[in-house]
Formats: sequence, C-alpha cells, structure tokens
Amino acid sequence: MLSIRNLKASINGKPILKGINLEVKAGEVHAIMGPNGSGKSTLASVLAGREIFEVTGGEVILEGKNLLEMSPEDRARLGVFLGFQYPIEIPGVSMVNFMKTAVNEIRKYRGLPLLSSSDFLKMMREKKEMVEIDSQLTNRSVNEGFSGGEKKKNEIFQMAMLEPKLAILDETDSGLDIDALRIVANGVNKLKRPDNATIVITHYQRLLDYIVPDVIHVLYNGQIVKTAGKELALELEEKGYDWIKKEYAV
Amino acid sequence: MSEVIKKSLVNDELVDAFRKNSSVIFEQTPDFINKLRDANFNEFEKVGLPTKKNETYKYTDIESAFFGAYKRQYSPQPLTIDIREVFTCDVPELENHLMLVNGWFYDKENKLKVLPNGAIIGSLIEATKKFPEIVEKHYGKYIIEQNDSLSMLNMSFAQDGLFVYVPKGVVIEKPIQLINLIVATEELMVQPHNLIIAEEDSSVSVVICDHSLNPHAFLLNSTTEVMAGKNSKLEIYRQQNAHDHSVQLTNTFILQKESSYVNSVYITLHGGTVRNNLYVKLSETHAQNKSYGLWLADKNQHIDNNTFIHHAAPNCESNQLYKGILDNASTGIFSGRILVDRLAQKTIAFQSNKNLLMTNDAKTRSKPQLEIYADDVKCSHGSATGQLDEDAMFYLRQRGISKKEACHLLMLAFADDVINKISVAPLRDEITGLVEKRLRGELSRCNRCKVNCG
Repeated sequence: MLSIRNLKASINGKPILKGINLEVKAGEVHAIMGPNGSGKSTLASVLAGREIFEVTGGEVILEGKNLLEMSPEDRARLGVFLGFQYPIEIPGVSMVNFMKTAVNEIRKYRGLPLLSSSDFLKMMREKKEMVEIDSQLTNRSVNEGFSGGEKKKNEIFQMAMLEPKLAILDETDSGLDIDALRIVANGVNKLKRPDNATIVITHYQRLLDYIVPDVIHVLYNGQIVKTAGKELALELEEKGYDWIKKEYAV
Repeated sequence: MSEVIKKSLVNDELVDAFRKNSSVIFEQTPDFINKLRDANFNEFEKVGLPTKKNETYKYTDIESAFFGAYKRQYSPQPLTIDIREVFTCDVPELENHLMLVNGWFYDKENKLKVLPNGAIIGSLIEATKKFPEIVEKHYGKYIIEQNDSLSMLNMSFAQDGLFVYVPKGVVIEKPIQLINLIVATEELMVQPHNLIIAEEDSSVSVVICDHSLNPHAFLLNSTTEVMAGKNSKLEIYRQQNAHDHSVQLTNTFILQKESSYVNSVYITLHGGTVRNNLYVKLSETHAQNKSYGLWLADKNQHIDNNTFIHHAAPNCESNQLYKGILDNASTGIFSGRILVDRLAQKTIAFQSNKNLLMTNDAKTRSKPQLEIYADDVKCSHGSATGQLDEDAMFYLRQRGISKKEACHLLMLAFADDVINKISVAPLRDEITGLVEKRLRGELSRCNRCKVNCG
C-alpha cells in the first residue's frame, strides 16, 4: 500500500532523512520509535507534504501514486492523515465548519456526493461517540483553548471523520494521562480496517501496550536501523536507545 | 494641471458653490442651524480641506478625493425610480428601514415618526420644523474636535439626515436602521448630518448602511453626532458597502455622560477611498466605550480609520479593536489616539490594531498613540501586521482543504472577532455572509437589487 524508497530530505540545507526505506501493507500497524532528533517527526511532515522540508531524493508511492508530486491537500484527499504532535489552534474557525469543509472537499475529490448539513451532523454525532470525545469540543473554534489531552482526542476525532487510508500519528501519546491515552488508543483500534494502515510514531513503549503494532522500526540518525516484531518495544523500554546509538554510531 | 492648482480649485469650487446657492440652502433650515452654518463656512473658508501636512491626514489625500465633477443637490430632486421597489433590506428584526436617498428623506407620510413612547425618529429637516427646541439644544453641540474641516464643510452644506431622539427612560427594543442610499445618474456629492440623542436611562441601537445603486462616482461627507445621556445604552453600527469610485468620509462624534455605554462597530466592506473619523469624549465618570472596526480592501482601494478617545473623567473605560485585510495593491491605515486627562484617574483604556497583508504590494500603516496625564490608570495599545499563519494553513490543507479555501477560512476567522461585537444577531449573520462573499471576490450586494448597473 505504502512504499517509501530511499527517501532523503533536508531543512535549510541540513540533511535530516538520509535514505528511508519502508513498506506498509493494508491492514497493518507500524510503529516508528527512536531517540529524540532522529528524524521521526520530519518523516511524518515530509509524508504529509510540509513545504519547509526539501525532498532531495527517493520516492513515496501510496496505492500507485507518487505522493511527492502532490500538494498537501491532494495527499489528504487521497487518504493521508497526519495526527499532529502539536495541533494548531485556529481561533475563529469553528470545528463544524472546518470538518464540513474538509469532509466535503475529500468527498468531491473521490467523486462522492456532498453531505447535506443534517447528514453531516449525524456523522459528527456518531464519530464523537465512537472516539469518546466531549461533544462540547466540536462547538468551539478549532483547538482553541483545548487542553493537551483534548487536542489529541480531537486529532483522533478528525481521523474518524476523514477515514484515511494511511494515518500517521506523530507522538500522539505525548502529554497524555493514562485515561486520555486509553481513549486515543481505543479510537485508533476502532478505526483499524483491513483496507487501511497506521504508522504510529512514538518515543515510549507505553502507547504500544494499547495499540499493538505488527512491525516496529527504529529510526536513528535519519535512517531505519532496526525492524522487528512487537517484542522490540519491550527491549527498548528496558535497555533504552543507547545500545542502538552505540551499534550504529557514525 | 498641476496638483497645487487642482487643489486650490477644489477649495474655491466649494466656497463658490456655497455662496451661489446659499439662498436655497438657508431657506430650508431654521436660523439656529443657519447661524452654525455661517460660522462653520467662515471657518472652512479660512482653513480649507485637510491637507497631507495635517498630521492626522498624512496618509490620505483628501483634496484629491474631492477633485471630481461632483454635482450637489440643494433641495430634494424628483426620483425617477421607486426606491422601495428597487432596494429592500432582508435583515429581519431591523425597525422600519428609514431611507435617506442622496441625502434626503423622501417618504412623504413617514418623514418623521413619533412613537407612542415619545421617541422621535426620522428626517432631521422635519424635526427642525416640528421639534425645533430639541434639535436646537443638540445640533452641532457634540463636534468635539473643533478643527476638523470635513465636519465644518458638512455643517456648511448639511440639510437633511437622520434624527433620533430617545426620551428619558425609553428603551427601543428593535434596532433602527437607516439606509443611506446614493442613486444618481451623475457624480454626486452628498453631505448628510445625523443627530442621535439618547436621554438618561434610555437605550437604542442604530444601524447605518451606506450603499450605492449605480456605479457613478460619488463623495459622501457624513457627520454623525451622538449624545449618550446618563446610564444610557447605545449600539451604533455602520456598514459601508459601495464601489471603487466612491469616496466615503465619515465623522462620528460621541459624547458620553455618566455611566453611559456605547458600542460602535464600523464594517467597511467596499469603498474606493474611505476615511472614518471617530471622536469619543468620556465626559463623566463610569462611562464605557467600545469601538470596533473591520475593513476589507483590494485592488487600489484606500481605507483610513482614525480614532480619538478622550478620557476626560475618572473611572471610565474604553476598548478598541481595529482590523484590516488588505489584498492586491490596497492600502489600510489605522491611527488611534487615547488621551487621558490629569483628572481621569482609574481610567482603563485598551487599543489594538491588527492587519493582514495578502500580497507583497498591499500596504498598511498603523499609528497607535497613548497620551496619559493621570498617574493611576491601566492603559495599553498594540499593533501587529502580518501574513496568514503558515502552521494554520498547513493544518487546514492536511485535512484536504485547498489552499484557496484555507486562505478564505483564515481570513474569515481574522474578521470574526470584530463581527462578533455586533450584538444584533440577524445583522451579525448578514454581515458575516457579506464579508464571506466579499473575501471570495464575489459581489457582496446585500439587497434584492433590481437595478442592473453592472
């Protein structure tokens, strides 16, 4: 479904990603772990099309389409969803208006009829229940005045609304207490389908108690240095990242 | 023709026009108005239109704005169209849609209404005939900044305008709307004078909508005087929606007495050259003033908002928020001055100006000024100009929203906190819709206009 080959990217001339290779099949959950500064968030941003990063080599193919040639909005319409590490507050843009615009732009791109207001509101209600988000949150401006936990839950709610093919969750667990973590993880698990895939980027093993990955990758110094099954997470939790750093020191 | 000659011609033309037509002008208004007319004209003749050497008019060339083949109507001219036919306002809950056409009230039977509660609403000329003692007590008394020559010019030529008188203790629930319409087959200069008097413990909302029905150039030099009596509550909304060939100059003078509350919101949707002056004097304790403005400009439009809030008594509060969205090669200007007298202890005064520049060619100038002579006050002012937030843009686009639509949503969001200061819900909804259309570059007509003027 997703195929990343020798992806290289830099910011202000400084290379961050130094040849990433990754294959994700439909129905799979992949976790990407690694120490701070290894390039995890950069990878997420580059996949989503953030323009401050310059792609200097490689390719990213999602269901036969080259993502790197597409605008961020076209990638989103194709089915790429980025759960932001720091969701942006946008005062003055209501959640309802934001989501309605997004859902209908995506439907338009996919050749589906636009949702009427009543159908849209019904869909919102269902998805809110599904991901256990406080219904008051959607009456406010996008993320404005939300707590850290509310912002992350709101990301999962948006994911539920947009039904992506490929969801990339960038440190969605950071700053969450255990209850919020459980709600976020449950949301992700409920949204899992045989025809979609999820990449979970995390620093800690904790999230992986709730979202069980099929494959774990360790990103270090801009490259994937280790790929294994879910047991790798426990090993990392126990031993930290130092042994990886030693093993792959440049 | 050189600029200098042009400019002296503009002043000469105004002076000549006044002299030539003085008998017609004077015969329609009583002596007490004509005395002020004379005094203002004599003063205007000495000083002329504001020049760019005048610090408060530094960035707006008023003299050039007056240069045009403007005609003036010294008495109401017959209308060729039925105005109620071609222009109706759809906003529910607004009271009786008064209409000033080219500066005149036309409605024969309804020129001036006296409501059962004693409130008087309608034509200023009519009010000078039926209630001369009330008009005389207030007319021209609230021109706080005496040296503004645009208001002198207005006082020289002004005849009709909106008159609102709310007696002591009277609350008018539904907002009063004045549609200030320019309908002409030639270039017109129109100078109405509005007088809004709210006596002690009264409450009223006034909505003034400036519109034009055809694409001819016009110049509107409007003066509005407002007196907010003790404990009164006033809402004043003005919506300016004309076209690229319009010059819209407004002077609003507000005098506030003890514990009065005035909320004013100016929304400039469309104008060629716009200059809005707002002068507020908080003359007695515990008065509260809120003044807001939003302007949207594109092409080569020029929109200038100037405020002066004078804290002349202790324990008063003022709050200002002015925002501009500037596209293409347009120019926006905000200049705001807060003056706190030595006596005005415990003053609370805030002022904020924010501008959004959509292109590299759009310009904005911002001049916030605080002048404080008291030592126990809480005042602040700030100004920020920038472009759309990149992070917010990316966030919206990552959800599938196009760049254009994301831009649009963020511009609307920027405008939102000024629009939200309109407390009349149907009006707020209407304005939101108009701003939305305007930002999309669509024609933001707010009426069912049957005149096909392009």
